[in-house]
Amino acid sequence: MSHFAFPPPIHPPGADDLRAEVRQFLAEELASRPASQRIKSWSGYDADFSRKLGQRGWIGMTWPKEYGGRERSALERYIVLEELLAAGAPVAAHWIADRQSGPLLLKEGTEEQKRHLLPRIAAGECFFCIGMSEPDSGSDLAAVRTRAVRTQDGWRVNGTKLWTTYAHKSHYMILYCRTSGVDDRHGGTSQFLVDLTLPGITIRPIADLSGERHFNEVVFEDAPLPASALLGTEGNGWNQVMGELAYERSGPERFLSTFVLLVELIRALGTDPSDQALAVLGRLCSHLAVLRRLSRSVAGLLQEGANPALQAALVKDLGAVVEQEIPELARQLVATEPMLGSDDIFQAVQGYAILNAPAFSLRGGTREILRGIIARGLGLR
Amino acid sequence: MSETSEIVRDMSARLFADLATPARLYKAEAGVWDQPAWDRVQMMGLPLALVPEEAGGVGLEAADAAGLVASAATTALPVPLAETMLANRLLADAGLPLAEGPATLAPARPGDRFTLERRGAGWHLHGGAERVPWASIAGDIVIVAEAEGQVLAARVARSDVTPLPGRNLALEPRDRLEVDLELPGDAVAPLPAGITICHPLALGAAFRTAALAGAAARVLDMTVAYANERSQFGRPIGKFQAVQQSLALMAGQVAATKGAADLAAGYLDAYSQPGGADPLPVAIGKARAGEAAGMIAAIAHQVHGAIGFTHEHALHFLTKRLWSWRDEFGNDAHWQRLIGRRMAAAGPKGLWPLLTTL
Repeated sequence: MSHFAFPPPIHPPGADDLRAEVRQFLAEELASRPASQRIKSWSGYDADFSRKLGQRGWIGMTWPKEYGGRERSALERYIVLEELLAAGAPVAAHWIADRQSGPLLLKEGTEEQKRHLLPRIAAGECFFCIGMSEPDSGSDLAAVRTRAVRTQDGWRVNGTKLWTTYAHKSHYMILYCRTSGVDDRHGGTSQFLVDLTLPGITIRPIADLSGERHFNEVVFEDAPLPASALLGTEGNGWNQVMGELAYERSGPERFLSTFVLLVELIRALGTDPSDQALAVLGRLCSHLAVLRRLSRSVAGLLQEGANPALQAALVKDLGAVVEQEIPELARQLVATEPMLGSDDIFQAVQGYAILNAPAFSLRGGTREILRGIIARGLGLR
Repeated sequence: MSETSEIVRDMSARLFADLATPARLYKAEAGVWDQPAWDRVQMMGLPLALVPEEAGGVGLEAADAAGLVASAATTALPVPLAETMLANRLLADAGLPLAEGPATLAPARPGDRFTLERRGAGWHLHGGAERVPWASIAGDIVIVAEAEGQVLAARVARSDVTPLPGRNLALEPRDRLEVDLELPGDAVAPLPAGITICHPLALGAAFRTAALAGAAARVLDMTVAYANERSQFGRPIGKFQAVQQSLALMAGQVAATKGAADLAAGYLDAYSQPGGADPLPVAIGKARAGEAAGMIAAIAHQVHGAIGFTHEHALHFLTKRLWSWRDEFGNDAHWQRLIGRRMAAAGPKGLWPLLTTL
């Protein structure tokens, strides 16, 4: 049963004050933002909002002060994140940089890269996207074909990245690609820090099924990268990427994506819901409260430097199920025909939730891949 | 966890494993009370785990006491450890003498109520309760009732009440109590302020949640082990992706029972603090673990195949407990509605603040 070490979550000192401060900030900042916008959760993009968060010190808040961080604990960061998500704050602009690109830079970057980029990320002024998936490389990340070849003064990149969220509004991509022979699936790959204004890079938006354009195809055609673009160690890309993905799992973003809909559901049901509705609400709350406890427990393990990969995968898998269930259960309780962009807020929120729910068990590792990771953790493979 | 707690945990885990042999579990199913097993449990002082040291108990923290309940549940040990721990805690809270042997608490169902009325220097206790766990075995039954604006605990000798025997799916005693009894004045005393009449239900539910988590974890271990050893089509069935996906699903539900049990155990520490008798964490824990229990049992049986469906294989000792315990001390729907009412009362603005108090 060692796989299931979920120690009690830690309540960091000053947590209540920090939470109150964030709530106060969000109450003011989001006062005029309707639920139909807030339901976008961490897909909601607002560069001005990100800049304000940066001014407050709530981006890169665990990083060293010399790189623009605030040296707060991971548990304090957790409080800020969950408050942002529960309120439906538009965090997409800085989300990737804060969650994974920044920590990756901190771990693998050169002094120059860190000094150049981390303070700008923490200020909410420099946004990142992830260059992992490709047309023929989704869950099978080791199959990437994009390749960087050494030139006299750096690298030349050719290939295509896909599903690159907000590439069209990001300053940098962290590119994962091959740098030597294809025979060795995991070796021979590296990561690069790519300035997206360089020539030879074409970003084409792809509409999702709702018609929104947040992800992209990014094509590299003889794109020249300076030698200083290499991130970490040449040939160590696979290990770096696996470490980076570990930052992605088990956070509050893995179970709060449709929380704004649950809030609207409670509004719609009023103060005296039927017994059936009460049981459904209670059931969802029991799931969310337990997930939050498990997720905070994993945050505590991460803070201590443990490697709770299995627990993190379990939280993400359970979380996606609940996020997807909320719109399905809402429709059992409130008779409405969902419609994106409707003036009726419930209709609009429910519409957005339904149209986006499929992504919850795809992004950051599909449900099937996660369950494979869990099975491995159980000793089955 | 303190060093003492760790020693108690490790020693009791060994004891439970020693005691819960298949032969003894079959005998318990046949209705034979395992007095020798109980004596060993009692000798270790476990029934007093939740009683503060100054009241003559062991004074474990709630989470550690819940850990003992979970640990016993991993072996399906057929003794009323959880019930006696809770009965003794109620007695200690009320300042009444502790139980000498196995004990239990009532009511154990949401609708059941007893009435207490002063009669001369003593009390008249009247009422009934269904499905009281182990009542026919217990030496003492702690009955909680309201009178004169207070919540009181009454210490009742089983020999004075004659429970009507019943059983759950795992064939553990779940008995009917009909009480119409004169009690001396010193057999009844008030529980600490802030405690409500649903207190015994919340206590029982908190420990049933711990027991569900313990049984669930053991069922997962057994199922993974079986998937690795049973071969079909020339390889262990655990190598098939379809089986792996089921087991991963099960592991998620088992993790949820663990989180649920930890949340619920918080009530046992909190209720004696001012304003701490809020049953919400128990409601959340019991509802979540109860829901998980059914999925866990179903996948365990699916993976075990026909052998797991036999009386000879030990899986049923645990799955029958999962199917029983989830409906005891309030079923999922009972607790879900309680949570739902709290959410509706909190309203759209209060929902998130409510969640973050947990």
